[in-house]
Amino acid sequence: MCLGIPAQIKAIVDEDNQIARVDLSGVSRDVNIACVLSDTHQIQDLIDQWVLVHVGFALSIVDEEEAKKTLTILAEIGELSAVVEDINQGEDS
Amino acid sequence: MKYVDEFRNPQQAKKILKEIEVLCSTIKLSTDRPIQIMEVCGGHTHSIFRYGLNQLLPEKLDFVHGPGCPVCVLPRSVVDNCIRIAEHKEVIFTTFGDAMRVPGSSKSLLDVKAEGGDIRMVYSPLDALMIAKKNPKKRVVFFGLGFETTMPSTALSVMQAAKEGVNNFYLFCNHITIIPTIKAVLDSPGMRIDGFLGPGHVSLIIGTQPYDFIANQYHKPLVAAGFEPLDILQSVWMILKQLKNGEAKIENQYARLVNDAGNANALNSIASVFELRDFFEWRGLGSINHSGVKINEKYRAFDAEAAFDLKEVTVTDPDICQCGEVLKGILKPWQCKVFGKQCTPETPLGALMVSTEGACSAHYSYGQNIDLINTHHE
Ligand code: SF4
Repeated sequence: MCLGIPAQIKAIVDEDNQIARVDLSGVSRDVNIACVLSDTHQIQDLIDQWVLVHVGFALSIVDEEEAKKTLTILAEIGELSAVVEDINQGEDS
Repeated sequence: MKYVDEFRNPQQAKKILKEIEVLCSTIKLSTDRPIQIMEVCGGHTHSIFRYGLNQLLPEKLDFVHGPGCPVCVLPRSVVDNCIRIAEHKEVIFTTFGDAMRVPGSSKSLLDVKAEGGDIRMVYSPLDALMIAKKNPKKRVVFFGLGFETTMPSTALSVMQAAKEGVNNFYLFCNHITIIPTIKAVLDSPGMRIDGFLGPGHVSLIIGTQPYDFIANQYHKPLVAAGFEPLDILQSVWMILKQLKNGEAKIENQYARLVNDAGNANALNSIASVFELRDFFEWRGLGSINHSGVKINEKYRAFDAEAAFDLKEVTVTDPDICQCGEVLKGILKPWQCKVFGKQCTPETPLGALMVSTEGACSAHYSYGQNIDLINTHHE
Protein backbone atom coordinates (compact mmCIF):
# COMPACT_ATOMS: atom_id res chain seq x y z
CA MET A 1 0.00 0.00 0.00
CA CYS A 2 2.73 2.46 0.90
CA LEU A 3 5.15 1.31 -1.75
CA GLY A 4 6.58 3.61 -4.37
CA ILE A 5 8.79 3.28 -7.41
CA PRO A 6 11.66 5.54 -8.49
CA ALA A 7 11.00 7.15 -11.87
CA GLN A 8 12.64 9.85 -13.96
CA ILE A 9 10.78 12.98 -15.05
CA LYS A 10 10.96 13.37 -18.82
CA ALA A 11 8.64 16.28 -19.61
CA ILE A 12 6.15 18.67 -18.09
CA VAL A 13 2.87 18.01 -19.90
CA ASP A 14 0.40 20.27 -18.08
CA GLU A 15 1.86 23.10 -16.06
CA ASP A 16 -1.52 24.35 -14.77
CA ASN A 17 -2.55 20.98 -13.39
CA GLN A 18 1.01 20.12 -12.38
CA ILE A 19 1.32 16.98 -14.46
CA ALA A 20 4.63 15.56 -15.70
CA ARG A 21 5.48 12.56 -17.85
CA VAL A 22 7.81 10.10 -16.17
CA ASP A 23 9.66 7.03 -17.26
CA LEU A 24 8.71 4.29 -14.84
CA SER A 25 11.16 1.50 -15.60
CA GLY A 26 10.52 1.71 -19.32
CA VAL A 27 6.84 2.64 -19.11
CA SER A 28 5.77 6.21 -19.78
CA ARG A 29 3.18 7.58 -17.36
CA ASP A 30 1.70 10.92 -16.38
CA VAL A 31 1.96 11.78 -12.71
CA ASN A 32 0.98 14.68 -10.50
CA ILE A 33 4.00 16.66 -9.31
CA ALA A 34 2.38 19.05 -6.82
CA CYS A 35 4.37 17.57 -3.94
CA VAL A 36 7.78 18.10 -5.54
CA LEU A 37 7.34 21.69 -6.75
CA SER A 38 9.12 24.45 -4.89
CA ASP A 39 8.93 28.24 -4.84
CA THR A 40 12.63 28.53 -5.42
CA HIS A 41 12.84 26.42 -8.57
CA GLN A 42 11.35 26.60 -12.03
CA ILE A 43 9.00 23.75 -12.92
CA GLN A 44 11.28 22.95 -15.89
CA ASP A 45 14.15 22.24 -13.46
CA LEU A 46 12.38 19.01 -12.56
CA ILE A 47 13.16 17.46 -15.93
CA ASP A 48 15.66 14.58 -15.59
CA GLN A 49 15.18 14.47 -11.82
CA TRP A 50 14.40 11.14 -10.21
CA VAL A 51 11.28 11.05 -8.04
CA LEU A 52 9.47 8.46 -5.98
CA VAL A 53 6.09 7.72 -7.56
CA HIS A 54 3.21 6.44 -5.46
CA VAL A 55 -0.38 5.98 -6.78
CA GLY A 56 0.14 8.48 -9.60
CA PHE A 57 1.87 11.16 -7.54
CA ALA A 58 5.54 12.12 -7.34
CA LEU A 59 6.04 12.30 -3.60
CA SER A 60 9.69 13.21 -3.25
CA ILE A 61 12.80 13.98 -5.28
CA VAL A 62 15.55 11.39 -4.93
CA ASP A 63 18.62 13.04 -3.43
CA GLU A 64 21.48 11.72 -5.55
CA GLU A 65 24.17 12.73 -3.05
CA GLU A 66 22.43 11.01 -0.15
CA ALA A 67 21.95 7.87 -2.23
CA LYS A 68 25.69 7.82 -2.90
CA LYS A 69 26.47 8.32 0.78
CA THR A 70 24.25 5.41 1.76
CA LEU A 71 25.93 3.17 -0.81
CA THR A 72 29.34 4.19 0.52
CA ILE A 73 28.34 3.29 4.06
CA LEU A 74 26.92 0.00 2.82
CA ALA A 75 30.23 -0.79 1.13
CA GLU A 76 32.12 0.04 4.31
CA ILE A 77 29.95 -2.27 6.40
CA GLY A 78 30.94 -4.89 3.88
CA GLU A 79 34.64 -4.24 4.33
CA LEU A 80 34.55 -4.53 8.09
CA SER A 81 32.61 -7.74 7.73
CA ALA A 82 35.14 -9.20 5.34
CA VAL A 83 37.71 -8.99 8.12
CA VAL A 84 35.30 -10.68 10.52
CA GLU A 85 34.71 -13.34 7.91
CA ASP A 86 38.42 -14.04 7.67
CA ILE A 87 38.64 -14.45 11.40
CA ASN A 88 35.58 -16.63 11.69
CA GLN A 89 36.23 -18.74 8.60
CA GLY A 90 33.03 -20.68 9.21
CA GLU A 91 30.93 -19.77 6.15
CA ASP A 92 27.33 -20.81 6.44
CA SER A 93 25.34 -21.61 3.34
CA MET B 1 16.47 -0.08 -12.33
CA LYS B 2 18.30 2.91 -10.89
CA TYR B 3 17.98 3.38 -7.11
CA VAL B 4 16.72 -0.20 -6.87
CA ASP B 5 19.33 -2.62 -8.20
CA GLU B 6 22.20 -1.07 -6.21
CA PHE B 7 20.25 -1.84 -3.07
CA ARG B 8 19.78 -5.51 -3.92
CA ASN B 9 23.40 -6.68 -4.24
CA PRO B 10 23.52 -10.20 -2.72
CA GLN B 11 27.28 -10.10 -2.03
CA GLN B 12 26.89 -6.93 -0.04
CA ALA B 13 23.91 -8.40 1.79
CA LYS B 14 25.97 -11.40 2.81
CA LYS B 15 28.63 -9.22 4.34
CA ILE B 16 26.16 -7.12 6.29
CA LEU B 17 24.47 -10.29 7.51
CA LYS B 18 27.79 -11.45 8.91
CA GLU B 19 28.25 -8.20 10.74
CA ILE B 20 24.68 -8.36 12.06
CA GLU B 21 25.40 -11.81 13.40
CA VAL B 22 28.49 -10.58 15.24
CA LEU B 23 26.56 -7.61 16.65
CA CYS B 24 23.70 -9.84 17.80
CA SER B 25 26.02 -12.10 19.72
CA THR B 26 27.46 -9.16 21.64
CA ILE B 27 24.12 -7.65 22.70
CA LYS B 28 23.09 -8.74 26.16
CA LEU B 29 19.42 -8.50 27.04
CA SER B 30 18.26 -8.60 30.66
CA THR B 31 16.20 -11.72 30.02
CA ASP B 32 16.95 -14.65 27.81
CA ARG B 33 14.87 -13.86 24.75
CA PRO B 34 15.47 -12.86 21.14
CA ILE B 35 16.07 -9.23 20.16
CA GLN B 36 12.74 -8.00 18.82
CA ILE B 37 12.56 -5.45 16.04
CA MET B 38 9.15 -4.29 14.88
CA GLU B 39 8.73 -3.32 11.26
CA VAL B 40 5.84 -0.90 11.48
CA CYS B 41 5.08 -0.85 7.78
CA GLY B 42 3.42 -3.63 5.78
CA GLY B 43 5.72 -2.78 2.88
CA HIS B 44 8.63 -3.87 5.02
CA THR B 45 6.81 -7.06 6.04
CA HIS B 46 6.38 -7.81 2.35
CA SER B 47 10.08 -7.16 1.54
CA ILE B 48 11.28 -9.19 4.54
CA PHE B 49 9.37 -12.25 3.35
CA ARG B 50 9.91 -11.71 -0.35
CA TYR B 51 13.67 -11.70 0.11
CA GLY B 52 13.62 -14.27 2.90
CA LEU B 53 15.44 -11.88 5.24
CA ASN B 54 13.78 -13.43 8.29
CA GLN B 55 15.44 -16.72 7.42
CA LEU B 56 18.84 -15.18 6.74
CA LEU B 57 19.00 -13.23 9.98
CA PRO B 58 20.35 -14.82 13.16
CA GLU B 59 17.95 -16.79 15.34
CA LYS B 60 18.57 -14.34 18.13
CA LEU B 61 16.80 -11.66 16.13
CA ASP B 62 13.05 -11.62 15.65
CA PHE B 63 10.92 -9.43 13.41
CA VAL B 64 7.61 -8.47 14.93
CA HIS B 65 5.19 -7.51 12.18
CA GLY B 66 3.51 -4.25 13.13
CA PRO B 67 0.12 -2.75 12.36
CA GLY B 68 1.27 -0.83 9.29
CA CYS B 69 -0.74 -2.62 6.63
CA PRO B 70 -3.73 -0.30 6.10
CA VAL B 71 -5.77 -3.02 4.44
CA CYS B 72 -5.17 -5.39 7.34
CA VAL B 73 -6.43 -3.02 10.00
CA LEU B 74 -9.65 -2.15 8.17
CA PRO B 75 -12.54 -3.03 10.43
CA ARG B 76 -15.41 -5.10 9.07
CA SER B 77 -17.78 -2.18 9.64
CA VAL B 78 -15.84 -0.06 7.11
CA VAL B 79 -16.06 -2.80 4.49
CA ASP B 80 -19.79 -3.03 5.25
CA ASN B 81 -20.11 0.71 4.68
CA CYS B 82 -18.21 0.43 1.37
CA ILE B 83 -20.74 -2.19 0.34
CA ARG B 84 -23.63 0.03 1.45
CA ILE B 85 -22.30 2.76 -0.83
CA ALA B 86 -21.46 0.41 -3.71
CA GLU B 87 -24.95 -1.10 -3.72
CA HIS B 88 -26.50 2.20 -4.82
CA LYS B 89 -27.53 1.86 -8.45
CA GLU B 90 -26.08 5.21 -9.51
CA VAL B 91 -22.71 4.65 -7.83
CA ILE B 92 -19.39 3.67 -9.39
CA PHE B 93 -17.25 2.55 -6.47
CA THR B 94 -13.51 2.84 -7.03
CA THR B 95 -10.76 1.36 -4.90
CA PHE B 96 -7.18 0.15 -4.85
CA GLY B 97 -7.09 -3.56 -5.66
CA ASP B 98 -5.82 -4.51 -2.19
CA ALA B 99 -9.14 -3.73 -0.55
CA MET B 100 -11.27 -5.92 -2.81
CA ARG B 101 -11.03 -9.15 -0.85
CA VAL B 102 -11.16 -7.84 2.71
CA PRO B 103 -14.06 -9.61 4.39
CA GLY B 104 -16.92 -7.52 5.74
CA SER B 105 -19.56 -9.04 8.04
CA SER B 106 -21.08 -11.10 5.28
CA LYS B 107 -19.24 -10.34 2.05
CA SER B 108 -16.37 -8.50 0.40
CA LEU B 109 -16.31 -5.88 -2.35
CA LEU B 110 -15.26 -8.63 -4.74
CA ASP B 111 -18.49 -10.51 -3.91
CA VAL B 112 -20.54 -7.39 -4.61
CA LYS B 113 -18.74 -6.92 -7.92
CA ALA B 114 -19.52 -10.53 -8.83
CA GLU B 115 -23.18 -9.81 -8.06
CA GLY B 116 -23.11 -6.99 -10.61
CA GLY B 117 -22.04 -3.98 -8.54
CA ASP B 118 -20.07 -1.36 -10.47
CA ILE B 119 -16.82 -1.63 -8.55
CA ARG B 120 -13.64 -0.66 -10.31
CA MET B 121 -10.03 -1.08 -9.30
CA VAL B 122 -7.96 2.02 -9.93
CA TYR B 123 -4.25 2.74 -9.69
CA SER B 124 -4.66 6.32 -8.49
CA PRO B 125 -7.41 8.51 -7.00
CA LEU B 126 -6.88 10.70 -10.07
CA ASP B 127 -8.17 7.80 -12.19
CA ALA B 128 -11.32 7.83 -10.04
CA LEU B 129 -11.67 11.57 -10.65
CA MET B 130 -11.34 10.92 -14.37
CA ILE B 131 -14.12 8.31 -14.19
CA ALA B 132 -16.30 10.91 -12.43
CA LYS B 133 -15.70 13.44 -15.20
CA LYS B 134 -16.57 10.87 -17.87
CA ASN B 135 -19.74 9.73 -16.08
CA PRO B 136 -21.50 12.93 -14.98
CA LYS B 137 -24.77 11.08 -14.29
CA LYS B 138 -23.12 8.68 -11.87
CA ARG B 139 -21.82 9.30 -8.38
CA VAL B 140 -18.21 8.16 -8.25
CA VAL B 141 -16.82 7.26 -4.85
CA PHE B 142 -13.15 6.67 -4.16
CA PHE B 143 -12.27 4.54 -1.14
CA GLY B 144 -9.36 6.42 0.46
CA LEU B 145 -7.24 4.35 2.77
CA GLY B 146 -3.66 4.20 3.87
CA PHE B 147 -1.28 6.07 6.12
CA GLU B 148 0.27 9.50 5.52
CA THR B 149 1.98 8.22 2.35
CA THR B 150 -1.34 8.00 0.56
CA MET B 151 -3.06 11.01 2.14
CA PRO B 152 -1.53 13.70 -0.14
CA SER B 153 -2.76 11.86 -3.23
CA THR B 154 -6.38 11.77 -2.05
CA ALA B 155 -6.19 15.31 -0.63
CA LEU B 156 -4.84 16.66 -3.92
CA SER B 157 -7.48 14.73 -5.89
CA VAL B 158 -10.25 16.29 -3.80
CA MET B 159 -8.68 19.73 -4.27
CA GLN B 160 -8.51 19.07 -8.02
CA ALA B 161 -12.18 18.06 -8.05
CA ALA B 162 -13.06 21.30 -6.25
CA LYS B 163 -10.95 23.36 -8.64
CA GLU B 164 -12.63 21.80 -11.68
CA GLY B 165 -16.10 21.87 -10.15
CA VAL B 166 -16.59 18.11 -10.41
CA ASN B 167 -19.65 17.59 -8.21
CA ASN B 168 -20.19 13.85 -8.61
CA PHE B 169 -16.88 12.81 -7.00
CA TYR B 170 -16.77 11.64 -3.39
CA LEU B 171 -14.08 10.38 -1.06
CA PHE B 172 -14.87 7.72 1.51
CA CYS B 173 -12.04 8.69 3.80
CA ASN B 174 -10.51 5.99 5.98
CA HIS B 175 -6.98 7.27 6.22
CA ILE B 176 -5.07 6.52 9.38
CA THR B 177 -2.12 8.19 11.05
CA ILE B 178 1.09 6.53 12.13
CA ILE B 179 2.12 8.27 15.34
CA PRO B 180 -0.89 7.38 17.55
CA THR B 181 -0.60 3.86 16.21
CA ILE B 182 3.03 3.45 17.22
CA LYS B 183 2.14 4.98 20.58
CA ALA B 184 -0.68 2.46 21.04
CA VAL B 185 1.76 -0.33 20.27
CA LEU B 186 4.29 1.04 22.77
CA ASP B 187 1.63 1.38 25.45
CA SER B 188 0.07 -2.04 24.97
CA PRO B 189 0.74 -4.44 27.82
CA GLY B 190 3.04 -7.35 27.14
CA MET B 191 4.91 -5.40 24.48
CA ARG B 192 8.62 -6.14 24.28
CA ILE B 193 9.97 -4.29 21.28
CA ASP B 194 13.66 -3.40 21.36
CA GLY B 195 13.67 -1.17 18.30
CA PHE B 196 11.66 -0.03 15.31
CA LEU B 197 12.20 -0.17 11.58
CA GLY B 198 10.50 3.14 10.72
CA PRO B 199 8.10 3.32 7.74
CA GLY B 200 10.16 4.89 4.94
CA HIS B 201 7.41 6.27 2.76
CA VAL B 202 5.31 7.59 5.61
CA SER B 203 8.49 9.30 6.80
CA LEU B 204 9.12 11.07 3.52
CA ILE B 205 5.79 12.84 4.12
CA ILE B 206 5.95 13.50 7.88
CA GLY B 207 9.74 13.62 8.35
CA THR B 208 11.57 11.99 11.22
CA GLN B 209 10.90 14.62 13.92
CA PRO B 210 7.49 13.21 14.90
CA TYR B 211 9.28 10.04 16.06
CA ASP B 212 11.43 11.85 18.63
CA PHE B 213 9.14 10.84 21.52
CA ILE B 214 9.96 7.18 20.85
CA ALA B 215 13.58 7.84 21.76
CA ASN B 216 12.96 10.50 24.40
CA GLN B 217 10.04 9.00 26.31
CA TYR B 218 10.21 5.29 25.52
CA HIS B 219 13.97 5.00 25.04
CA LYS B 220 13.68 2.85 21.94
CA PRO B 221 15.69 3.26 18.73
CA LEU B 222 13.92 3.87 15.44
CA VAL B 223 15.57 3.90 12.03
CA ALA B 224 13.56 5.25 9.09
CA ALA B 225 14.22 2.58 6.48
CA GLY B 226 13.98 2.05 2.75
CA PHE B 227 12.38 -1.05 1.22
CA GLU B 228 15.13 -2.79 -0.70
CA PRO B 229 16.90 -5.71 1.00
CA LEU B 230 20.10 -3.73 1.65
CA ASP B 231 18.07 -0.83 3.05
CA ILE B 232 16.43 -3.15 5.53
CA LEU B 233 19.65 -4.91 6.48
CA GLN B 234 21.50 -1.64 6.96
CA SER B 235 18.66 -0.34 9.13
CA VAL B 236 18.70 -3.49 11.25
CA TRP B 237 22.46 -3.08 11.61
CA MET B 238 21.94 0.56 12.71
CA ILE B 239 19.36 -0.47 15.32
CA LEU B 240 21.64 -3.21 16.64
CA LYS B 241 24.56 -0.80 16.93
CA GLN B 242 22.39 1.49 19.04
CA LEU B 243 21.27 -1.42 21.22
CA LYS B 244 24.84 -2.51 21.67
CA ASN B 245 25.87 0.97 22.79
CA GLY B 246 22.82 1.33 25.03
CA GLU B 247 21.52 4.21 22.89
CA ALA B 248 18.03 5.18 21.76
CA LYS B 249 18.08 7.57 18.83
CA ILE B 250 15.96 8.35 15.80
CA GLU B 251 18.12 7.72 12.74
CA ASN B 252 17.51 7.93 9.02
CA GLN B 253 18.78 5.23 6.69
CA TYR B 254 16.54 6.42 3.84
CA ALA B 255 18.11 9.88 3.49
CA ARG B 256 17.89 9.70 -0.30
CA LEU B 257 14.16 10.36 0.14
CA VAL B 258 13.49 11.26 3.76
CA ASN B 259 14.47 14.41 5.66
CA ASP B 260 13.79 15.57 9.21
CA ALA B 261 10.99 17.97 8.41
CA GLY B 262 9.08 15.93 5.82
CA ASN B 263 7.51 17.24 2.62
CA ALA B 264 5.93 20.68 3.15
CA ASN B 265 3.72 20.61 0.03
CA ALA B 266 2.36 17.20 0.95
CA LEU B 267 1.74 18.19 4.56
CA ASN B 268 -0.04 21.36 3.41
CA SER B 269 -2.37 19.41 1.15
CA ILE B 270 -3.22 17.07 4.02
CA ALA B 271 -3.88 20.01 6.34
CA SER B 272 -6.10 21.74 3.75
CA VAL B 273 -8.50 18.83 3.28
CA PHE B 274 -8.45 16.66 6.40
CA GLU B 275 -8.98 17.01 10.12
CA LEU B 276 -8.35 14.52 12.91
CA ARG B 277 -11.12 12.21 14.04
CA ASP B 278 -11.60 11.82 17.77
CA PHE B 279 -10.96 8.14 17.38
CA PHE B 280 -10.78 5.45 14.73
CA GLU B 281 -11.72 1.82 15.08
CA TRP B 282 -8.97 -0.65 14.05
CA ARG B 283 -9.45 -4.28 13.28
CA GLY B 284 -7.84 -6.28 16.02
CA LEU B 285 -6.54 -3.27 17.92
CA GLY B 286 -9.80 -1.59 18.93
CA SER B 287 -10.32 2.14 19.01
CA ILE B 288 -7.26 4.40 18.99
CA ASN B 289 -7.70 8.10 19.76
CA HIS B 290 -6.85 10.59 17.00
CA SER B 291 -5.62 7.79 14.76
CA GLY B 292 -7.69 8.65 11.73
CA VAL B 293 -8.67 11.66 9.64
CA LYS B 294 -11.88 12.83 7.96
CA ILE B 295 -12.72 15.48 5.38
CA ASN B 296 -13.01 18.96 6.90
CA GLU B 297 -15.91 21.43 6.63
CA LYS B 298 -14.47 23.21 3.60
CA TYR B 299 -14.53 20.08 1.45
CA ARG B 300 -17.67 18.54 2.99
CA ALA B 301 -19.35 18.40 -0.45
CA PHE B 302 -16.91 15.64 -1.42
CA ASP B 303 -17.39 13.59 1.72
CA ALA B 304 -19.06 10.22 1.12
CA GLU B 305 -19.90 10.04 4.82
CA ALA B 306 -22.11 13.10 4.43
CA ALA B 307 -23.58 12.04 1.08
CA PHE B 308 -24.52 8.45 1.92
CA ASP B 309 -26.41 6.86 4.76
CA LEU B 310 -23.73 4.92 6.61
CA LYS B 311 -23.77 3.00 9.86
CA GLU B 312 -21.42 3.41 12.80
CA VAL B 313 -21.66 -0.08 14.18
CA THR B 314 -18.71 -1.98 15.48
CA VAL B 315 -18.59 -5.43 13.98
CA THR B 316 -16.22 -7.68 15.83
CA ASP B 317 -14.19 -10.38 14.15
CA PRO B 318 -15.27 -13.98 14.75
CA ASP B 319 -13.92 -15.23 18.10
CA ILE B 320 -11.58 -17.73 16.46
CA CYS B 321 -9.66 -14.90 14.74
CA GLN B 322 -6.54 -13.86 16.61
CA CYS B 323 -5.58 -10.97 14.36
CA GLY B 324 -5.31 -8.58 17.30
CA GLU B 325 -2.66 -10.63 19.06
CA VAL B 326 -0.75 -11.09 15.82
CA LEU B 327 -0.92 -7.37 15.03
CA LYS B 328 0.53 -6.49 18.41
CA GLY B 329 3.29 -9.05 17.98
CA ILE B 330 2.08 -11.19 20.91
CA LEU B 331 1.38 -14.20 18.68
CA LYS B 332 3.22 -15.27 15.56
CA PRO B 333 0.87 -15.70 12.58
CA TRP B 334 1.22 -19.48 12.55
CA GLN B 335 0.25 -19.58 16.22
CA CYS B 336 -3.27 -18.39 15.39
CA LYS B 337 -5.68 -21.31 15.79
CA VAL B 338 -7.11 -21.01 12.28
CA PHE B 339 -3.92 -20.14 10.37
CA GLY B 340 -3.66 -22.26 7.25
CA LYS B 341 -6.83 -24.14 8.19
CA GLN B 342 -10.05 -22.11 8.02
CA CYS B 343 -8.00 -19.02 7.24
CA THR B 344 -5.97 -19.00 4.00
CA PRO B 345 -5.35 -16.34 1.32
CA GLU B 346 -8.15 -17.91 -0.76
CA THR B 347 -10.61 -17.90 2.14
CA PRO B 348 -9.38 -15.20 4.51
CA LEU B 349 -11.14 -14.98 7.87
CA GLY B 350 -8.99 -12.15 9.10
CA ALA B 351 -7.64 -9.21 7.16
CA LEU B 352 -4.01 -10.16 7.84
CA MET B 353 -4.54 -12.98 5.38
CA VAL B 354 -5.78 -10.71 2.59
CA SER B 355 -3.02 -8.37 1.49
CA THR B 356 0.46 -9.52 0.55
CA GLU B 357 1.58 -6.97 3.14
CA GLY B 358 -0.33 -8.78 5.85
CA ALA B 359 1.78 -10.85 8.23
CA CYS B 360 -0.38 -13.99 7.88
CA SER B 361 -0.58 -13.90 4.10
CA ALA B 362 3.17 -13.26 3.85
CA HIS B 363 3.91 -16.20 6.14
CA TYR B 364 1.50 -18.42 4.26
CA SER B 365 2.51 -17.45 0.72
CA TYR B 366 6.23 -17.67 1.26
CA GLY B 367 5.94 -21.05 2.91
CA GLN B 368 7.54 -20.09 6.18
CA ASN B 369 7.66 -22.28 9.24
CA ILE B 370 5.82 -25.17 7.71
CA ASP B 371 6.71 -27.48 10.57
CA LEU B 372 5.59 -24.90 13.08
CA ILE B 373 2.18 -24.74 11.44
CA ASN B 374 1.62 -28.34 12.35
CA THR B 375 2.86 -28.05 15.88
CA HIS B 376 1.68 -24.58 16.76
CA HIS B 377 1.69 -23.56 20.40
CA GLU B 378 -1.69 -23.30 22.09
S1 SF4 C 1 -4.62 -16.62 10.53
FE1 SF4 C 1 -6.39 -15.42 9.86
S2 SF4 C 1 -7.64 -15.14 11.68
FE2 SF4 C 1 -5.63 -15.83 12.37
S3 SF4 C 1 -4.53 -13.94 12.82
FE3 SF4 C 1 -4.06 -14.47 10.71
S4 SF4 C 1 -5.58 -13.38 9.48
FE4 SF4 C 1 -6.31 -13.36 11.60
